[in-house]
Amino acid sequence: MAGRVGFHSDLTTDIESPADEEGVHDSFSQLIEEQSYDQHDVIEMTSLELEEESRDDVMDLESPVYLRCDSEEPQQTECLIGGRWSSDTLKVLSSMPSRTIGRSRGAIISQYYNRTLQLRRRRQSRPSIQHFPRSARPSIRGHRVETDADEREEDDNKRERLVNNLQNLSASDRVRMLRAMPLSLAEKKELRMLVLNKAEHSLSQNQIPCCSQLKYYIIIAVRHGWYGWLSFLSSLQLWQTALKCVGGHFGTGVLSYFLFLRTLLFFNVFLFLVTGLFLVVPQAVVAPDRDQNTSVTSLWGLEVLTGSGYFSDSLLYYGYYSHQTLQTNRRCSESINGTSCEYGLSYNMPLVYFFTIGAAFFITCIILVYTMSKSFGRSFRIDKSKGLLAIKVFSSWDFKVSKKTSVRLQRANIGTQLKELVAEVNREELKFSVLQRLFRVFIHMLAWLMCLGSTLACVLAVFYFSEHMHKKDVETRSRTRMHSSDGVLLTEASLLAVPVLVSGINLILPGFFNAVAWMEEYDSPSVLNYVSISRNLLLKVSVLGVLCHHWLGRVASDPKKLGLQCWESFVGQELYRFLLMDFIFMLLDTFFGEFLWRLFSQKALKRKRKPVFDIARNVLELIYGQTLAWLGVLFSPLLPVVQIIKLLFFFYMKKVSLMMNCQASGKPWRASQMTTIFITLLCFPSFLGASVCVTYTMWMMEPSAGCGPFRGLKTMFQAGKRWVQELAAQNPNLSWLVSAHTYLVENPLFLFLCAAIFLIVIYFHSQVVDGQRKIIELLQEQIENEGGDKKFLITRLQDIHERKRVVSPRRIRGASEDSSYS
Amino acid sequence: MGGTASKLPKDLLSEYQELTFLTKQEILLAHKRFSELQGRENGPYSSRLSMEKILTLPELKSNPFRKRICHVFSTSDLRDGSLSFEDFLDLLSAFSDSATLEIKSHYAFRIFDFDDDGTLDARDLEKLVNCLTGETDDTRLTVEEMRQLIGNILEESDIDKDGTVNLSEFQHVISRSPDFVSSFKIVL
Repeated sequence: MAGRVGFHSDLTTDIESPADEEGVHDSFSQLIEEQSYDQHDVIEMTSLELEEESRDDVMDLESPVYLRCDSEEPQQTECLIGGRWSSDTLKVLSSMPSRTIGRSRGAIISQYYNRTLQLRRRRQSRPSIQHFPRSARPSIRGHRVETDADEREEDDNKRERLVNNLQNLSASDRVRMLRAMPLSLAEKKELRMLVLNKAEHSLSQNQIPCCSQLKYYIIIAVRHGWYGWLSFLSSLQLWQTALKCVGGHFGTGVLSYFLFLRTLLFFNVFLFLVTGLFLVVPQAVVAPDRDQNTSVTSLWGLEVLTGSGYFSDSLLYYGYYSHQTLQTNRRCSESINGTSCEYGLSYNMPLVYFFTIGAAFFITCIILVYTMSKSFGRSFRIDKSKGLLAIKVFSSWDFKVSKKTSVRLQRANIGTQLKELVAEVNREELKFSVLQRLFRVFIHMLAWLMCLGSTLACVLAVFYFSEHMHKKDVETRSRTRMHSSDGVLLTEASLLAVPVLVSGINLILPGFFNAVAWMEEYDSPSVLNYVSISRNLLLKVSVLGVLCHHWLGRVASDPKKLGLQCWESFVGQELYRFLLMDFIFMLLDTFFGEFLWRLFSQKALKRKRKPVFDIARNVLELIYGQTLAWLGVLFSPLLPVVQIIKLLFFFYMKKVSLMMNCQASGKPWRASQMTTIFITLLCFPSFLGASVCVTYTMWMMEPSAGCGPFRGLKTMFQAGKRWVQELAAQNPNLSWLVSAHTYLVENPLFLFLCAAIFLIVIYFHSQVVDGQRKIIELLQEQIENEGGDKKFLITRLQDIHERKRVVSPRRIRGASEDSSYS
Repeated sequence: MGGTASKLPKDLLSEYQELTFLTKQEILLAHKRFSELQGRENGPYSSRLSMEKILTLPELKSNPFRKRICHVFSTSDLRDGSLSFEDFLDLLSAFSDSATLEIKSHYAFRIFDFDDDGTLDARDLEKLVNCLTGETDDTRLTVEEMRQLIGNILEESDIDKDGTVNLSEFQHVISRSPDFVSSFKIVL
């Protein structure tokens, strides 16, 4: 029976609706207006089956304690919970598309039918008319109140269409679509079988030319190979079990530290492979040309620490590398005109050195920027809405945690955080008096002053101490040539003084910063985190800056004063010493800071809780060490090896110390945001600073004349330029290369132009993001309006049922009266 | 008994690799653990393990959502939470490293939907928060705090203001949380 929706006024109130509306309203606002001035209008639907109504028992749902909806309130914004819904209304409610998509198979299948359709259309880029959508809201298409008889037919129909669509997709799309469907494995197997059967049918029907069959086999073989490669890669994952253990105990926050360590390890392995393959191996194979006989004094033991002595003239440092083209298989034969030599493989060492270092830095830069942008994309969200509590409740449970004690701890953490958040979100603004606010500002300023002051003091200390040691070194070298063992030992040991000072500063000052922050009493722990990271960062950046100035400004500019033949090797040795001292101090810190502190706090202070693993500080230490390694690659090609050994050692040491001495932190740690910050810090101050230093050295500094692959050139950069000129001289066609080099690489205007284009592109992208944000707000408003429609309809439906219930007993009574008469 | 443990046939293995997010090693490891739990040597991929046995796995033993997980992934007609090998693979695939955000949020929604009605209403949210905070009195939220918390959650995530959080709204909230993917993981 066709339903005629008519709006009749309530007889009791005698107010007629202004129009007898049939059919579809074109403006809902008109309807709402009409409804709103008479709250007791009842919609009568004359078409509903009476049989269904008569067996209708109104189920009185217990409305939950928390949100009680007053149905007496005649507002359109009633919520759809609780209340006295009839069973039909409940049936309608429960089969609404927005609620069935989460659980019904049929709904999932039709959703994926839509998606495959969209995918096909995107791939074809031509809308096919047969599949033109019947309605604008695909989630409603095909849905109605499901009754048992129709359901299976509907399901089969939908499945048939989905299989059709899947078959027409390409193989990789199909695999991806099947994987992403939230159906059970048995159903997916069935779908796949249907699709493959259909594919076979269609294949056997047409005559396949043999080349496409071959293509088919090749594609299958490639896919198998790809799966094999993926499983091989995943089996290679370093430290899989150890990381799982740490994650199970301590959660995602501490795990991010170890993952960061692993990332650094891979960077260093890459550096080592590049420099090892192109620099170390060729130089090791060919015997070096020794111009002078340097006396190698061996000072057992101390050499490993200072990197000098036996090591100073080895593959470890820049000075060992030859400045000529290496030749192999030199066969010289005597003849009348003189000796002529035949050369085998030739290997232009200076050029290779220059390009290897450049390429290593360039590739590292690309990998870093890619990782950083991926991580940033994951943690940055366009819309600014807060939604903290919902996010916390839905996504804070870490499913990796498996130990009972850790689970209990996690529950306690989440409980505390939720309580705090609820209190924070719901509290009224704490009104601080003006005096109190001034006091807080004063405290903050005082704290910052103290931190900056201590940083400045330490930086000046490093500056003057290094100058002092430098002068002392100069004096010692110029004064005496006598190599008494004591004097030499002292001289060598004094080389360690500056590294010890710097590492000591790096150890003690962060503790001081923590104490200052504790005094300040920050409100939110995330602000505290950021402040402490920025203070530590400032300290490390300034110390490294001073050291770079010392090396490049003092040592490199006037190496004769120190009596150095090879200032690059000396700088390489310094960096080696710094790296090693950093390692030793971290060992001591782990031992004293974690192990002994735990013993102390448990035995002496009798505290139950173990110390907490300070993630931010440890990560900054790692970044500092990596900066040193990057600074040193130019001067000491084997430095990445030292860094690799250090990191491997660190991993196991930190893991053991963690298990023994620490416990998970009680404060919230937003792991992915922190990971983004760490990768950004690795890229920006650390890698950028190191590459700026290296570029400056290559561009401006004069290489020493006595050693290394660049002796005799004005700057290291000349090696590349000279090669280009040689090429152009040999082959006149390549003269454009020289002019390109002169006008592009050395011309600052070109660089400015590039930078300007980048800035314009960034500006466009930011505008797009702004626009998208506005669209999101509009869409949210629209969804709210649709929700209002839904509530309106459901309450009207309920009203009809109520009305029917009132009416039908009357009718039944009437019928029974009739029957009693007859 | 010293026979070799039954191996997974190769074509099944490759089919599983195609249909789930697991790699070959992970599937074989799952097979091994499943057979161990079962204690028998013949084809475990056709018979079911009861929920109690599944819950002895160390990865699930202390998880407060373990029963819900078993119920969600179980395809048994008896609705008793028993898992076949394929259900087990489904579970691991949804919790694996390479599963998409959409799959994870879909299953997370179903796990959190304690009454299986397709939306998260106030009662579901209350049970969820109790699971998260635990049973002991000092970590549990008071009635007043719970009421405020649920009110806040609904205010933030219920876009169409019908008093419940349906799947799309849930996925919208999850998409704003970058930590979800890394915390919704279980690795054997």
